[in-house]
This record gives sequence, C-alpha cells and structure tokens, in this order.
Amino acid sequence: MRDATTTNSDVKDAFISIRNVTKSFGDFVAVDDVSLDIPKGELFAILGGSGCGKTTLLRMLAGFESPSSGRIEIDNVDVTHQPAYERPVNMMFQSYAVFPHMDVEKNIAYGLVKDRVSKTAIAKRVDEMLELVQLGDFRKRMPGQLSGGQRQRVALGRALIKSPKVLLLDEPLAALDKKLRERTQFELMNIQYELGITFVVVTHDQEEAMTLSSRIAVMDEGRFRQVGTPKEIYEFPSNRFVADFIGTINTFAGKVTDIGDDTISVYCDEIGASLSALGRHPVEIGQSVDIAVRPEKIFIGKSEPEDAIHARLKGVVDDLGYLGNRSLYHIKLEGGRIVQVSSQNRRRSANRFLEWDDDVWISWRPRSAVVLVD
Amino acid sequence: MATSVQDHDSLWQRLTIATPYLWLLAFFLVPFVIILKISVADPVIAQPPFTPTIDDAGKLSATADNFVFLLTDKLYAITYLRSVMMATIATVLCLALGFPMAYGIARARAETRGLLLLLIVLPFWISFLLRVYAWMGLLNNYGVLNNFLLWLGVIDQPIQILYTDFAVFVGLTYSYLPFMILPLYATLERMDLDLVEAAQDLGASPTRAFWDVTWPLARAGVVAGCLLVFIPAMGEYVIPYLLGGPEALLIGRVLFDEFFVNRDWPLASAVAVVLLLLLVVPIVFLQRSQARNAEGSA
Amino acid sequence: MRRNSRFIISTLAFGYAFLYIPLVLVVVYSFNDSRIATVWGGFSTRWYGELLRNEQVLDAAYLSLRIAFTSATFATILGTMAGLALARFSRFRGRTLFTGMITSPMVMPEVITGLSLLLFFVTLQQLTGWPGQRGFSTITIAHITFSMAYVAVIVQSRLSGMDESLEEAAMDLGGRPLRVVFDITLPLIAPAMVAGWLLAFTLSLDDLVIASFVSGPGSSTLPMYIFSKVKLGVSPDINALATLIIAFISAGVFVAWFVIRRRA
Ligand SMILES: Nc1ncnc2c1ncn2[C@@H]1O[C@H](COP(=O)(O)OP(=O)(O)OP(=O)(O)O)[C@@H](O)[C@H]1O
Ligand SMILES: [Mg+2]
Repeated sequence: MRDATTTNSDVKDAFISIRNVTKSFGDFVAVDDVSLDIPKGELFAILGGSGCGKTTLLRMLAGFESPSSGRIEIDNVDVTHQPAYERPVNMMFQSYAVFPHMDVEKNIAYGLVKDRVSKTAIAKRVDEMLELVQLGDFRKRMPGQLSGGQRQRVALGRALIKSPKVLLLDEPLAALDKKLRERTQFELMNIQYELGITFVVVTHDQEEAMTLSSRIAVMDEGRFRQVGTPKEIYEFPSNRFVADFIGTINTFAGKVTDIGDDTISVYCDEIGASLSALGRHPVEIGQSVDIAVRPEKIFIGKSEPEDAIHARLKGVVDDLGYLGNRSLYHIKLEGGRIVQVSSQNRRRSANRFLEWDDDVWISWRPRSAVVLVD
Repeated sequence: MATSVQDHDSLWQRLTIATPYLWLLAFFLVPFVIILKISVADPVIAQPPFTPTIDDAGKLSATADNFVFLLTDKLYAITYLRSVMMATIATVLCLALGFPMAYGIARARAETRGLLLLLIVLPFWISFLLRVYAWMGLLNNYGVLNNFLLWLGVIDQPIQILYTDFAVFVGLTYSYLPFMILPLYATLERMDLDLVEAAQDLGASPTRAFWDVTWPLARAGVVAGCLLVFIPAMGEYVIPYLLGGPEALLIGRVLFDEFFVNRDWPLASAVAVVLLLLLVVPIVFLQRSQARNAEGSA
Repeated sequence: MRRNSRFIISTLAFGYAFLYIPLVLVVVYSFNDSRIATVWGGFSTRWYGELLRNEQVLDAAYLSLRIAFTSATFATILGTMAGLALARFSRFRGRTLFTGMITSPMVMPEVITGLSLLLFFVTLQQLTGWPGQRGFSTITIAHITFSMAYVAVIVQSRLSGMDESLEEAAMDLGGRPLRVVFDITLPLIAPAMVAGWLLAFTLSLDDLVIASFVSGPGSSTLPMYIFSKVKLGVSPDINALATLIIAFISAGVFVAWFVIRRRA
C-alpha cells in the first residue's frame, strides 16, 4: 500500500506542480519545503489551522509572493518568478476585494477590459458570467448595496471571466452564514464541474474540505502532513496530527507485539488489552505506537459481541447525548479511560435502553482501526 | 503587494518614494542644516550678513558666540521662560474649556454632533490672521467689550485690555481651541460611556466617576491636544504682535525682530535652534502618541 | 438617551459664543458707515466698494490665489506619493527618516520653517544664482513643503483603512501595477486627495509668517497686506475683506457638508 505521507509526486500529468517550495519571512519559515502535484480539473483543498501557511502558499501560486526557494509550474510553464498579472491563474480573495467604486458589471468585466477585448465580446462574456453566478438582476448595483453572499458571487464571476487555467479560492465561504455556506458549497462544486477548471481551495473548515474537494492536503506549521482523498484522510490518517485535526478519534498508546500480513497487534498497558489494527506503516516488534479508531466505527451493546475477530472492551456509560440522527456516548473503561462512541439511531429502539451507568461492551473490527507511528 | 511590486515594478515604486523624498531632503532637511551652520557663524555687515563656515582658505570657522550670548543675556532667558509660561497657561485654558466642550459634543445626539463638530472646525478654515484681528475690535479701549462693561456699570472708564497679556491669552486660547477639542473628541467618542454609568452604579459620585474612569481613558486625547496647542503657541508670532503689548516678548517675535529689524541672521538662527531644542521633547512625544493612536485605530 | 448636564451645556454655549462672537462683530462692523471702526455710524456698504477699488488688495489677493492653487496642486501630487509610500511600501531604505520628515513640518513652529527656508534660498542663490528674486516661486515651494505633509497624512490614513487585496485583485486580473494605481488606488483615495487639496489651499492662503520670510520686495500676499494694515489698528476695509472671506468659506464648508451628508 502506498505511503500516504508522500506528497504524491506520482500523479500523472501534473497540471500544477509545486517543487520543494519554501517561503520565509525573515527568520520565520511560513511554508517549509512543500511539494505537490495537482492534475487538471481537480478540486483540491488545502486544510489547516490558523497561521499554518495556507494563504502564503496560495499567494505564491497567484504570484503575490515569490518563493524563497523551489519552483512552481503551471501547465508545464515555470511561473516561479512570473508576476501575478501574467499568470493564467485567478484568485478569489478571502475579503472578496470587490472594487467598491465599480458596479457589479464593471467589476466582473475588469479582467477583460485589461486585455483589449472588443466591447461586444466583453458584453457577451459578462452576461454569461452574470448568469453563471445568478446576478443578472443586480448588474447595475454598487457593491455597497449587495449582501455578503452576493458580493462573494461577484468575486467569483470576476475571477472566472478570463477562463483561468486555475482558480484559487482563499476561504471562499468563511464569511457566509451556515445555511448560505452549505448552498454555496454545492454551487461551487457545480461550477467547477461545468467549467472543468482546476480549483485550489484554502480552508480551515474540515467539513468544508471534505464535502468540496476531490483531494485534500492537510497542512501544519508550513508543511504538508498528509495528502489524499477525503476518505483516505478520514479513515486512514497517517499520523497523530491528521488524526486529531480531522474529526474526533480515540487513540490508545501501546507496544507492537505481533506483525501480521496486513494487521498489527499492539498491547495497550492503559486498558490492559491487546488490540489489532490495520498496519500501513513499517513497524518493529516492541515499537511504541498508537491505535486509533473513530467513534462511529465502534459498536456498542449490552452483551458481549460473539464475533471472535472483534476487539472488545468492557465499560460503563459515563455520559450520553442524543443528537437526533445519532447518539454520542462516553464509555468509561475499567482502567478509567473514556472512549467516545457514536452510533446511528436507525432503528428507533436500537440502543434505547442504554442509560447512565449501564454496563456495556464496545467493539470494533481490526480493519476500522489504524496504527499511528508519529 | 509589497513584494510583488518590489520584484516586478520597482521603477514605479522607486519613483513614488524618491520624488517626495528628494523634495523633503532638499527643502526641509537641507534648510535645517543651513540654520545650524549659520547659527555658528559670525555676523558681518555684508550680503548675506554672516561669515561663511568654511572660509576661502578652506578652514572651518565656527563660533559658539551666538549661543553664549543667548545664555548670558538675561533678556533671552526671560523671553524663553515667558514663552514657556504663556504657552502653558494657554494650554491649560484650552483644556479647561475644551474638555467639557468635547465631552458635551461626544454625548450629544448623533444628528447634532455633526453640526457641532463642523462649527468647531469652521473657524479653522477661516483665515487665522483675520480671526486674531477680530479680537482687536472686540478688546480695544472703545471696543465692544469695554462698552459692554461700561453699560453694565462694572467699570466707569474704559480699561486697557488690548495690548496686555490677558489679550494674548484670549487670542491663543481662541486660535488653538479646535486643536484641543478635536483629539479630545476623538478619544471621548470612542470611549464607552457605559463605563461611567457602571462606575456610578457601583456607588461612585459623578466627580469620582470622572476622575476614576473618564479622565484615565481620555488621557491619550488630552496629551495629544495639549501638545498640539503648546507646540505652535511656543513659536507664535502674530498673536503677541497684534494683541500683546510692546513688552510682550515671546520667542517667535524676538526671532522675527532679530532677523528683520536687527538683521542679525546668525543670532536669529541660534534663537531658532534653541527654540527647537526646547520643543524636541514635546514634538517627539506628540509623534509617539500619534503613532500609537494610528496603530490603535487601524 | 443620555443627557448632558447643565454645566456641560453652559460650557458649550459659552465656547461657541467665544468662537463666533468676534466673527459676528467683524461682519456687523463691516457695514458701519463710520471711519472709526468701533463707533457705529449707520449702515453702509461703502467699504466694500473701496475694497474693490483698492488695487493693492486685488494684486495681493491674486498673488495669494495663484500661489495657493499651484502649491495645493503640487502638494497633493507629492503628498499622495508620500502617503502611498508610507501606507503601501512597508520596507525601504531610509523609511524612518522619511516618516520623520513627513510629519515634522506639521509641528514645526512657522518661524523656524520660514527662517530655514529663507536661509536656504539665500545660500542657493549664492551658489547657483537661483532664485534671482524671491516671490511667487519661493513662497510656492515653501507652501508645498509644509502642506504636502498634511496631504500625506490624510492619504495614508485613507489607504490604511482600505483593503489591500483590492489592489492585488486588480493585479491578479491582469492589471499592471501602474494601471492598478489608476484603476483602483487613485479613484479610491480621490476623496482624501480632494480633502488634502482643499486643506493645502487653505493653509497656503492663510500663511503669513513663512511667506513673510521667503517673499522678496514687491511680492505681498494677501495675509502680508492685511498684516501690514492691521498692525496699525482696526480698519474698516479689512472688516469688509474679512466678511467676504468668512461668507465665502462658510458657504463653501456648509455646502460641502450638506453634499457629504446627502451621500452618506
Ligand atoms: N508578509 C509577512 N511577513 C511576515 N510574516 C508573515 C507574512 N505573511 C504571513 N506571515 C506569517 O506566516 C504565517 C502563515 O501565514 P498565512 O497567512 O499563510 O496563514 P494561514 O494558514 O492562511 O492562516 P489563517 O487561517 O489564519 O488565514 C503566519 O504565522 C504569519 O504571521
Ligand atoms: Mg489565511
């Protein structure tokens, strides 16, 4: 199985290719030796906490910062030192940066006016964009008279009018309220699908990254910690940072006791039990590792599960919460350790008799758990 | 933007910086150096009336005579002291009148606030000289104020008001009041007036609440306002000339006379250098407080 | 709504009376028929007539307006550049000196600025022969130097309140830096430039001390003329002149205020 920490330089026909790019501001390294390939037409997300260097990386793609070292190619052209106004790339800014002294139409047309395109061609293209971002009724409005969501769409239309090879989006939805955000997410996906333009989206919202993108790079302190599909990253985080950053996860520290074909057995002192999990990393007997398992991968029940290959542990219900379509449990194991479990409430009666202080068994399939080494 | 512009269009950027930079170097910094230079030259009766610092033989000639003279002649020491005192009193008067006014404007209803502020700024756009002049008609022996006092029966003969220190104070306060009110208003307006009420709610009397809450919070504005009044008042020339008596020697006027009447350019330069030294501390203070304010509001 | 206390209200009343009574009196006395400016001798507009026939006043006013117009225009150009440099180019060599030189003229006592510039012009003349005669050009240069600082500060504060990515967005869409300045930056700071121009214009029209230093014989600006008259005491035609200026400026300021309020 492929090692997920590589920055997947094995992608064929890389459209955007970032090679060992570093950016430092004085002594501070904002982006640290990052390499990445993005194929044409992909909707790629860069996900990370505040200050991890996402914007800096995006600005290097746009041409607002030049890398301290490394190189960037777009469509097989080295653009490392090309200024922003010459790159076939457009950006949608976090603040939208809609020109406040121009109406919607002029804002959207701005990119073409610079290119000396004929008036009729511009008008036609502007109409297309207005329709695409559904702002036809607002063409003569000034930005001051628009709502946040409408301004966001002006920024989108403006960035798309030149049919860029790549569209960069810096936190495109951060300023919108939850409902609008969800709707706009799907609009963005539709537009990307229709136009086939490569999108690179920066976000600190993991749910957004998961729903939007075909692949995600998780970033921390200027480096990529994992690059992969949302499913890979969620189900098989390759290190503790990614596991913690994306969703909730239960981890158990232990030492490797046995290495099988694709599973690894680990003895965990803390809970006094041996657990096995999918092994995606080369490990040695006796090595300290973590076993990690997502709350929704854990079965919960009053009786001991019969299936012999399940990892199973005994505990009591310490806390529980009903969240509509699912319930959340905090199970206290015999050693005092708390494990989070989430179960779907598909049948209304499924776990209805679980109450505080009930004795329960929790269990999961070895394939649902992963081994984390660093 | 900084980096990309630096990388790709440094010509345009350099031009933007260099043009005003060179202008200021030529017409602000160099003149300054020249003042310093002339303040250490000897006066001669010629055109220009001072010896060159570097003479024809290429030898450097500098003299501290002008400064020694300034320090030993009592007249100048007294004049500097008087200037500091007059500027201080004017500053205090401006603060005493300006603070309640700024406070009142900050607490006025939003619709009236704009108009009140406009009325503070308006005199500033009208000629400074004419505003000072307006007081001459008001304060002179047959002027409106004297007539008013006579009519009231407070006095039975016109009293001398114009050409006294009192008139100078009135003129200074009048001219610089807007400089006090505007920065004060800016801080008071930003201040959360609920704090005052909270303090009163906790049992503070209005006076206590003022000293405990309003005053400390308004201090930045007070400092800026005081410096904006004090610094120009120190070098003021027109007001003491038009409103003050002939003995109302303030440093700005002495400098002017030294230069134009006595034609002693080196001494005038020395007077200017000393005045500047006196003002360096308040000016640096002012720039600091304004820089801090700019950061705070950005 | 909080209310102002009686103390505050009376201080406000006193303060505004203090600010405006002298001006009102000047206006009233400008219509006084009597030659002795402080004695009321009936209503008349004769001083206005005399004012308009006084060629010295008209010459001085014309010179002042020319200087004010020229210096305000150059001060706006240079000040805008300086404001741009301060707000947008974060790092360049000598930035500290630059900032200091920008702000100093605003706080420098006028007598010092005037003296230093005169000494500078005299030295320059000795070295290069220029300026042969002091007057329009030297006063204009002096006024540009001290009023560009005000323009720079106004433009800088406008720029620092403006989203920097606006300019980046324009560049991203293919605008070269110079284009971006004309398409985005200048239109957005235009109000600040207009305000700066007006301020520079007023400062120039208002200046007496600096102009007295750097002007030569035969070139009197309006304030210099007024000063030479009022040195000797109150004079009725100056009352008339003051009234015209007060009326003109107040009307301008109020119109501007209403226009701005309408728009907001
Ligand atoms: N021009 C600059 N000069 C100095 N440091 C900078 C500059 N730009 C960014 N940094 C630093 O680089 C780091 C990464 O910044 P960046 O803007 O890329 O973060 P980010 O991942 O986009 O964070 P956020 O989610 O908060 O937007 C930060 O610590 C920031 O302080
Ligand atoms: Mg960011």
